[in-house]
Amino acid sequence: MARKISMKQAINEALDQEMARDPSVIVMGEDIVGGAGGDGERDAWGGVLGVTKGLYAKHGDRLMDTPLSESAYIGAAIGAAACGMRPVAELMFIDFMGVCFDQIYNQAAKFRYMFGGKAQTPVVIRTMVGAGFRAAAQHSQMLTPLFTHIPGLKVVCPSTPYDTKGLLIQSIRDNDPVIFCEHKNLYGIEGEVPEASYTIPFGEANVVREGKGCSIVTYGLMVHRSLDAAAALAKEGVECEVIDLRTLSPLDIDTVLESVTKTGRLVCVDEASPRCSIAADVSAQVAQQAFGALKGPIEMVTPPHVPVPFSPPLEDAYIPSAAQIAAAVKRTFAGGKH
Amino acid sequence: MANITPIVMPKWGLSMQEGTVMSWLVEEGATISVGTPILEVETDKIANAVEAADPGLLRRRIAGEGQTLPVKALLGVMADVEVSDAEIDAYIAAYVVPAVSEGDEEATPAYSFADVDGIRVRFARRGGDSGVPVLLLHGFGGDLDNWLFNLDALAERAPVIALDLPGHGQSDAKLPGTSAKALAAFVVRFLDQLDIESAHLVGHSLGGAIAAQIALDAPARVASLALVCGAGLGDEIASPYIEGFVAAGSRRELKPVLEMLFADPSLVSRQMIDDVLKYKRIDGVEDLLRRLGGELFDGGRQAAQPARELGSVGKPLLVLWGKDDRIIPAAHAANAPPGATVKVFDRAGHMVMMEKANEVNAMLKQHIGA
Repeated sequence: MARKISMKQAINEALDQEMARDPSVIVMGEDIVGGAGGDGERDAWGGVLGVTKGLYAKHGDRLMDTPLSESAYIGAAIGAAACGMRPVAELMFIDFMGVCFDQIYNQAAKFRYMFGGKAQTPVVIRTMVGAGFRAAAQHSQMLTPLFTHIPGLKVVCPSTPYDTKGLLIQSIRDNDPVIFCEHKNLYGIEGEVPEASYTIPFGEANVVREGKGCSIVTYGLMVHRSLDAAAALAKEGVECEVIDLRTLSPLDIDTVLESVTKTGRLVCVDEASPRCSIAADVSAQVAQQAFGALKGPIEMVTPPHVPVPFSPPLEDAYIPSAAQIAAAVKRTFAGGKH
Repeated sequence: MANITPIVMPKWGLSMQEGTVMSWLVEEGATISVGTPILEVETDKIANAVEAADPGLLRRRIAGEGQTLPVKALLGVMADVEVSDAEIDAYIAAYVVPAVSEGDEEATPAYSFADVDGIRVRFARRGGDSGVPVLLLHGFGGDLDNWLFNLDALAERAPVIALDLPGHGQSDAKLPGTSAKALAAFVVRFLDQLDIESAHLVGHSLGGAIAAQIALDAPARVASLALVCGAGLGDEIASPYIEGFVAAGSRRELKPVLEMLFADPSLVSRQMIDDVLKYKRIDGVEDLLRRLGGELFDGGRQAAQPARELGSVGKPLLVLWGKDDRIIPAAHAANAPPGATVKVFDRAGHMVMMEKANEVNAMLKQHIGA
């Protein structure tokens, strides 16, 4: 079958198959159908980048175009989830979460806990993350740490079409609120994806490259940059192990610790801002739980602590590169300072 | 140049594109006979020894240890003593790695699909069109890639078809029934679909029991039988394996289970575990395996033992086993009916067709040629 599809198609297929399987799955968001009330081309857009294109023709009004009010429709999705539906809400860019944050962190994340386990909130909020799209400071952020910080939310950020389909299906079937982060610069990458439905459990990191020299722990677009760095380092005789966390909450720290115990070295790569990031979190946990295994200082590779620049050369310089990751790996061997 | 024989990177399985030379097992200047392990090669799926297909004198080791090279790349050169070093240098300089182009693969797709009784099954077809075909049947939870070291080797002798059983590999996650009889009937209808009158059946583990059942129920469709660590010849089967395989939901849980399959557990690669997990995570598969395992192998006992009745069928029978098989004891080979050819390999486990690929291929070729 060796069928290759893009990450965008993997998302569409996961939504399509889950809508066909479970009538309580509904999809809502801005322009996800596209052109409602227009000249009959109700399925024209399929969202801002066409991810949901074609689903309206198959599932009709279980896909809803919403008004341009995130606070209203994210709240509606959470309410529908509390009442037994399985809504998948698309919130164009994670940068827009601010206006509906109360619904997410103070309501959805708390229902199961505050109602003594009697309420569940099986909502998925799909959202685009990441820089490199020339979309400026308000449409380019990697805000994964904000959501990972909140108990009660699950946070997913896949790096391949295969993982995307399996994790999105898992997210839809999961009974807790899930923030599903899609890197917009990965929408076009292709990979082998089974036609049948399948799930990937949360909290299982993927060792995407094995090596004994240094562990590189990352997720999302940075998995690909880290693999590039590992390939370059292999030519110099340094074998890196690259770990794709896949889900940030729950976090598979066991796989990280196992790897660091083997390699004795750790580089955490994160596209989020450096302070209180996933990289900082993983580094702290390793320092706490596997200090004895470390042969060199833990290194972090992140953007600088500034907004994402709009200038293309500055934006390119902002996003961590394979060269920066390779240099960080070498620092773990050199014993520290640059 | 007629007396220069190249040693090239083998192609093990349909997806292999490159391999890494782990170590040379013979020195330059050594005389090699057919079947001598020459060097150890590792792919992302598994490691194995490249064995000599022709006898000769190893004149030159070209591939360095640790080097990753494409399929058909020149690894070494064998030549008679009369051949000068200059001639060998010229041969090496002129060698061009034959391209395995995308176009070739599209012309002969690696896999095909057939619809049998409403179940879509995947199969691979190799070799020519003439002669009685060989049908390879994998075991419980396996798929046609279990034959990656055997498919192309057997295809030199006869057309070869390897099937993903229903509910396995990339076939639909559906079963035609959970008994050996139902699975055998399904395979016969698969042969109907492909217009195959009769075939040499080669069955591994559960596939062996299915092959034996076909020989009992539809003897006209069977030219010969080969059972590789076959089920159906005795009572016991390791329930920790069957139950562990069904229950394992993560790489950590699955690894020790898969290690039971090999005499050398280091053969279980990350890629092998990932491939099995990808299969197991498809909707319906876990439930289907639980039902199948429960019906066929409940409590560590084989419910049906059709291979014990093969004496009455009178088909040529080859029984191969790994001595260290921890799933089905190699002692079951003794239950083979009189007249069967039996071979038990040392230092091999349940996946003997992988661990002793070259020897198994040689015996299978001889068996189907007889």
